[in-house]
Amino acid sequence: MLSKTFTILNPTGFHVRPTKDFVKAASAFPCKINVSCKGKTVNGKSSLSMLTLGIAANDEVTLETDGEQEAEAMDALGKLLVEVQD
Amino acid sequence: MTEQTDGVSSNGYRGIAASPGYAIAKIVSLKADNYVPERRTAADPEQEISRLQLALNQSQQELESIRVSTEERLGSKEAEIFEGHLLLLEDPDLIDTSIAKIREDAVTADYAFYETAQTFIDMLSAMEDELLRARAVDIRDVAARVLGHLRGESGTAGLAGISEPCIIAAEDLAPSDTAQLNLQFVQGFITEVGSRTSHSAIMARSLDIPAIVGAGAGVTQIPSGTWVVMDAVEGKVIVDPSEEELAFYREKKQQYDARKEELVMLKDQPTLTRDGHRVELAANIGKLDDVQKALDNGAEAIGLFRTEFLYMGRSSLPTEEEQFNSYKYVLEKMAGKPVVIRTLDIGGDKELPYLGLPKESNPFLGLRALRFCLARPDLFRVQLRALLRASNHGNLKIMFPMVAVLDELLQAKRMLYEEMEKLMNEGQTFAMGIEVGIMIEVPSAALTADLFAKEVDFFSIGTNDLIQYTMAADRMNETVSYLYQPSHPSILRLVNMVIRSAEREGKWVGMCGEMAGDPSAIPLLLGLGLHEFSMSAGSILPARALIGRLAQGDWTGHAQHALGMGDQDAVKSFVKMQVEGD
Repeated sequence: MLSKTFTILNPTGFHVRPTKDFVKAASAFPCKINVSCKGKTVNGKSSLSMLTLGIAANDEVTLETDGEQEAEAMDALGKLLVEVQD
Repeated sequence: MTEQTDGVSSNGYRGIAASPGYAIAKIVSLKADNYVPERRTAADPEQEISRLQLALNQSQQELESIRVSTEERLGSKEAEIFEGHLLLLEDPDLIDTSIAKIREDAVTADYAFYETAQTFIDMLSAMEDELLRARAVDIRDVAARVLGHLRGESGTAGLAGISEPCIIAAEDLAPSDTAQLNLQFVQGFITEVGSRTSHSAIMARSLDIPAIVGAGAGVTQIPSGTWVVMDAVEGKVIVDPSEEELAFYREKKQQYDARKEELVMLKDQPTLTRDGHRVELAANIGKLDDVQKALDNGAEAIGLFRTEFLYMGRSSLPTEEEQFNSYKYVLEKMAGKPVVIRTLDIGGDKELPYLGLPKESNPFLGLRALRFCLARPDLFRVQLRALLRASNHGNLKIMFPMVAVLDELLQAKRMLYEEMEKLMNEGQTFAMGIEVGIMIEVPSAALTADLFAKEVDFFSIGTNDLIQYTMAADRMNETVSYLYQPSHPSILRLVNMVIRSAEREGKWVGMCGEMAGDPSAIPLLLGLGLHEFSMSAGSILPARALIGRLAQGDWTGHAQHALGMGDQDAVKSFVKMQVEGD
């Protein structure tokens, strides 16, 4: 299991487009993906649950990957978390 | 609610103007679809699960076609809302939980799905963040569609039958409804609930129709067919207007629409005076969101990108990577148009413990901005490096704030060149010939602009602080704020001095203080020879319109005349008279 913390730069936090990209990418990996923010942990493959985290700009988010391809998942998803997008 | 406004009394509502404009038409009232499935036992859970899958598939097809038509009509950004809806239909937590409920509780698909969706809706509705609360509407919209299919129905009753000009009144408008509004007839909409950031509001702005949200309960009680005036500039709704009110608002609407058309035509045009002299209008931005707004308002460049937001509201320094990503974003979005990025301009007046800003008795005249950065090379070099790396992605210009003496500039440039060398040694690239300039805001720099002009590629005059330092008065202090006088001859003479010094060395001068967007100052600045005017996005199109009416040849003389006048009032009257005469 791997775990790493990131700071969210996207000015509007995690709204539709970043969530969509993240969940799409997460769903492609076989391992378990968990995302935690402000004390709450949810399934990173569920966009609905990701929304309930209420990730806002400058929030710290912990990404946990567990299982097959956990290292690749951590790498790819970590990049998405700090990328700034529209 | 009744009030006397402009001599007319009215019976109406007040709400949030989510999308500006005026509309005058009859109401079409939409009844809310508040279907709540009963909790019923299902004999065959597997059959229920099949029903659910079918309903999900049907909804998916429908949403895909809405997404495509929205993309054609409005563009990919608006269509993204429906991409989000489609994602919801595939959401593992939503679907797996519903299926589990069907099996464990032996209830119908309708009830299981409704209950699961409602849990998420409740969670999101309770959140502090307005943007997230608005997402609850999306879930309701998608869930209603799925439940509709489970019931064997589809479509929102009421919207399909519209065949004459109208204003829609509803409790709330789902994004899928807004996206399909027949603009041939729908002139605007009013909702009882909602915020500026709900998807419906966002789409109303894209569709460019007036919208008022959060107008309160009762809006849907207005009988269909009632005449209504929508003032979506103030957020007012007038029900059953009088003849005077109708006449008043028809006039207002006509003026508003004409002005809007004039400005829209200017959006992609260069900024030219009546006699063909060209200047550049740019936007000041302080966060990444602002860039789109700048482009939407016809900005030809970013004249000031404040970088303080990267350092604020956090507990540690922004990393080089974080900074790089932000600079790259803006540079790419501006697609080759110039972006002037200002290095950290912050001081001890701000509560940022991790930065180690000094506790001073007068932080505004203390170790801040470039002085602070020169004293903290560890911090400064990270920013310089991030800027250099980002320069590969657009047209970057670097600007140093609050420079007082030449040595500060030379030190900063030396550090910049050292970072360039380090990058080269690492085999990393950066843009060639990045322009480096300074803000002129400290009077000493304005007065020795001739010395600085040899060592910079440009100046940007920061009038907000320049005026305060020159008049020795705090504009936030009501007792002396009357001394904040941009059009005072002392300020005009300093601006003139800076531009003349730059001209002698063939360097350009911009202005990023508020004065640049001030219609009473723009003609003078034009006459003094200012090359670039950087202002808040909303001021750009009006400035372009104003400049288009002025002749630079005339204003060169007028500006010189103003330099010899006695006080701000004299200058402003003179400008007003000359502009009106033009």
